[in-house]
Amino acid sequence: MEPTQSKIPAMWSAFMVWVDRRFPATETYEYHLSKYYAPKNFNFWYYFGVLATFVLVLQLVTGIWLTMSYVPSGDGAFASVEYIMRDVEFGWLLRYLHTTGASAFFVVVYLHMFRGLIYGSYREPRELIWLIGMAIFVALMAEGFFGYLLPWGNMSYWAAQVIVSLFGAIPFIGADLMEWIRGDFLISEITLNRFFALHVVALPLVLVMLVFVHIVALHHVGSNNPDGVDIKKYKDENGIPLDGTPFHPNYTIGHDLPAIVLFLIAFCAVVFYLPEMFGYFIEMPNFEEANPLKTPDHIAPVWYYTPFYAMLRAATYPLLGIDAKFWGFVVMAGAIVMPAVLPWLDRSPVKSIRYKGLASKVMLGIFIVSFFVLGYLGTIAPSPVATVLAQVGTVLYFAYFVLMPWYTRVEKTKPVPDRVTMR
Amino acid sequence: MKRCALLASLLLFPVVSFAASSGAWPMEPMKPDLDNKPSLQRGLQLYANYCLGCHSLKFQRYERTADDLEIPHEIMSENVIFTGQKIGGLMETAMSTEAAKKWFGAAPPDLTMVAKVRGNAWIYNYLKTFYVDESRPFGVNNKVFPNVGMPHVLMELQGIPVEAPRQMPKMHEDGYELRDPLVPGKALTEERLVLGVVEGTGKLTPEDYDQAVYDITNFLHYVAEPARMERERLGVYVLLFLVILYVFTALLGREYSKEIH
Repeated sequence: MEPTQSKIPAMWSAFMVWVDRRFPATETYEYHLSKYYAPKNFNFWYYFGVLATFVLVLQLVTGIWLTMSYVPSGDGAFASVEYIMRDVEFGWLLRYLHTTGASAFFVVVYLHMFRGLIYGSYREPRELIWLIGMAIFVALMAEGFFGYLLPWGNMSYWAAQVIVSLFGAIPFIGADLMEWIRGDFLISEITLNRFFALHVVALPLVLVMLVFVHIVALHHVGSNNPDGVDIKKYKDENGIPLDGTPFHPNYTIGHDLPAIVLFLIAFCAVVFYLPEMFGYFIEMPNFEEANPLKTPDHIAPVWYYTPFYAMLRAATYPLLGIDAKFWGFVVMAGAIVMPAVLPWLDRSPVKSIRYKGLASKVMLGIFIVSFFVLGYLGTIAPSPVATVLAQVGTVLYFAYFVLMPWYTRVEKTKPVPDRVTMR
Repeated sequence: MKRCALLASLLLFPVVSFAASSGAWPMEPMKPDLDNKPSLQRGLQLYANYCLGCHSLKFQRYERTADDLEIPHEIMSENVIFTGQKIGGLMETAMSTEAAKKWFGAAPPDLTMVAKVRGNAWIYNYLKTFYVDESRPFGVNNKVFPNVGMPHVLMELQGIPVEAPRQMPKMHEDGYELRDPLVPGKALTEERLVLGVVEGTGKLTPEDYDQAVYDITNFLHYVAEPARMERERLGVYVLLFLVILYVFTALLGREYSKEIH
């Protein structure tokens, strides 16, 4: 694809020379796109990083336009959302793109993280990419949580109430901390206003910056691949990895563009025909305005938090004289940050699941099943059976991580090829 | 009491039936139809006449409703807007919240999104299951919403709904009628409380009343999300465009991915 350079009109070339003396435009373009060599054996699982970036942009753009009509006040918030749904031209589309986008963001991010799990993308030298990614995940959860209060529906209100009250379980400082977070003695307009500020300014900034350094770190060490082999070991006479191919345009157009359109087909099918997703994307009590005196029959978070919510509720024993609620909070926070230490838990001589032993595959399978079961349990009302199931699920979830140093060391691995394999 | 005397001589239409004793009322399904404009228009008319006095639709505008339901603005202004508002105004009620609280114990809720919060079937069954209950402040109770603090505003249309014992076919728990094992073909019956209407007390026949309730529910389904029709109409074009776009991007992508392999 190199000869295209010659077709560029002379004036443009002269302009770029002028720019390049003042700003590393061409250098940056080449470093991150046209001369960034990605392994040739990327598969299905390598779509989700690009899709996550795409959804991030979608959320930023729709979010900006929603902010133009949204009123962050106790009296105005709920009405302004309905104003957007009814009176703003294509307001309904903007809002459904944003609400569906929030769910889609978690779908692609979970799949992106799963890719990292199966191919060992967190292993040396990509530990920082993984840690930055984990920070993005936590920031994203916070962003979703703050955003969920903004429609000021009754589920918004009570979900915020439940989550903020978790901080109240922390010994000694809990009650004061809770008040400090809310800025009031209960969830109120003051809380709404600060959540709005965090949702539309602070966290988007954090997210964009984290995504930027995530990519900078990635392009510094190079992408992993389904075989988990280092493509920089074999280079041609020009120093280009034999198993690498320019990210742009070969992957951007050859691999990602059709995938983005395919994603959009599924995404738009939801936006136009199932925007509420049977109450999973927009919960029905949220069509009622926030009411501090009327608790919904069953408070459940949106689906993307439910595995962690189930783990929170699974803790039912008070320990060391501290309330079970506090330990639930500890378990939930632990479950969220646990994957961050993966680079130091995985002792396998190989990176990819393709060459790992049976134990790794079984444990990964158990982990995924427990994550889905926990996700389901988080959506339903608690019952004795559900609580026991959630406790088992929580143990299995943590077992995947805690036992990893042991099972990755003792299992028999397969030989890793020298070069990437195409299959 | 006069009503008790009526009860003795009444002829019951079994409007909705059974399970009077159990907690959950067996809901009749309600399938909305936004393409049925006459139904939506009748629903609006009924809503404006019987509901809007207390229950606002404060997120919905008269003009939008008129346009979506294909009602000319003059007709809308003359026949539906009773509050003296302009047609661009929100469909609010003239009743003050304070007064409403005093009269009903709680302010009648806004119903703009009730079809989303409670569901269409709930509204449909709720409006069909009022019955005379002298122990209640308004003299009526409801099967779907027991002890509701709302009078039966549609009574002049439906007539006086009463709950009375009646011989009904005995049902197996799987839903079929039980037969007498000794007398071939003889149906087993049992006495159950059913809802019915005192004949000649309502302006509408039971069928027409069902239709009226359907129309109100259909209208509330529309009001809960007026953009639904446009959304579902546009979706087809968006998806068609994306499918075509996919064909071209896939063909283009194939050329570039040849470079990879």
